[in-house]
Amino acid sequence: MSQAVLDALTSKFGDAILSTQSKYQDESVTVAPAKLVEVCTFLKDDDKMAFDSPVFLTCTDHMGLPDEKHRFEVVVQLRSTTKKHRIRIKVPLEEGKLKVPTLSGLWVGFNWLERETYDMYGVEFEGHPDMRRIYMYDEFEGFPLRKDFPKDRRFPLARREWTDE
Amino acid sequence: MGLEITTTKLEDLANWGRKFSFFTYPFITACCGMEFMSVAAPKYDLARFGAEFPRFSPRQSDLMMVVGTITEKQGPALKRVYDQLAEPAFVIAFGVCASTGGFYQNYSVVPGIDQIIPVDVYIPGCPPRPEQVLDGIMLLQKKVAEGRTHHQVRGRREALEKREQQNEGA
Repeated sequence: MSQAVLDALTSKFGDAILSTQSKYQDESVTVAPAKLVEVCTFLKDDDKMAFDSPVFLTCTDHMGLPDEKHRFEVVVQLRSTTKKHRIRIKVPLEEGKLKVPTLSGLWVGFNWLERETYDMYGVEFEGHPDMRRIYMYDEFEGFPLRKDFPKDRRFPLARREWTDE
Repeated sequence: MGLEITTTKLEDLANWGRKFSFFTYPFITACCGMEFMSVAAPKYDLARFGAEFPRFSPRQSDLMMVVGTITEKQGPALKRVYDQLAEPAFVIAFGVCASTGGFYQNYSVVPGIDQIIPVDVYIPGCPPRPEQVLDGIMLLQKKVAEGRTHHQVRGRREALEKREQQNEGA
């Protein structure tokens, strides 16, 4: 369905496209972080692409998986309401350098989603106008949706003193 | 005409009145609220227990019903509302999320509101049946009449300590 998009990307960007997958009519493309903005600008502005709808932006943690090469992967889903096609962009990240250029300049809708991804996974989006937590409070330490976050770790804001009445 | 004298402790008389006139502050955050509405509506009719009138200001209420999941971020607000209740204040934890955190064993949910405020009656269930809630209200009535809620016990203890201090001073 969106094979034309994959073909256009591979022919135009070559080495920046690390791999493409097409399964169950669900096309996705793996892009190097350095070229992300360039690829996305093309996807948004080109007349044949015309991706005008930012569907979601999130992250996946591959800790402990057999195919774990890069631990974190930022995932972006785009859709075109005029051309009726869609594409998923995956950006693999090296651990210790969790930085991705922001896409909130291209699609404003990604502003809060990037903040959420930062809040939950600790991925920083360079160039984002307001890079801080969105759900959790300032006293919260760490990133709760990472696989190595202990499930019983809490940062309480209010607790009472216990008395045996 | 014979001399008829009715004697009772003033405290017991006050508690008898309190148990039939709970003014509820509904602290509703989640799906359990549907069951609370059902309990308050005519079919199950909380009015039979004198608790039919939800007040949306804690200063006009003495029974706080914590209905639904309380997150860590909400904790300070919960504490603050509890501190503003008219005394003596009673608390019911409505549903498993309020009682223990329920199935939310994670970073964001308080593992039971008794971590933050003292709770008098826990109503389990996800969500609890209205019959369970009525049972909980009746348990609370019994507890109030006997003066065994957290607030009443604390009040008596503080009065006792105050009297002891006065006796020492005298």
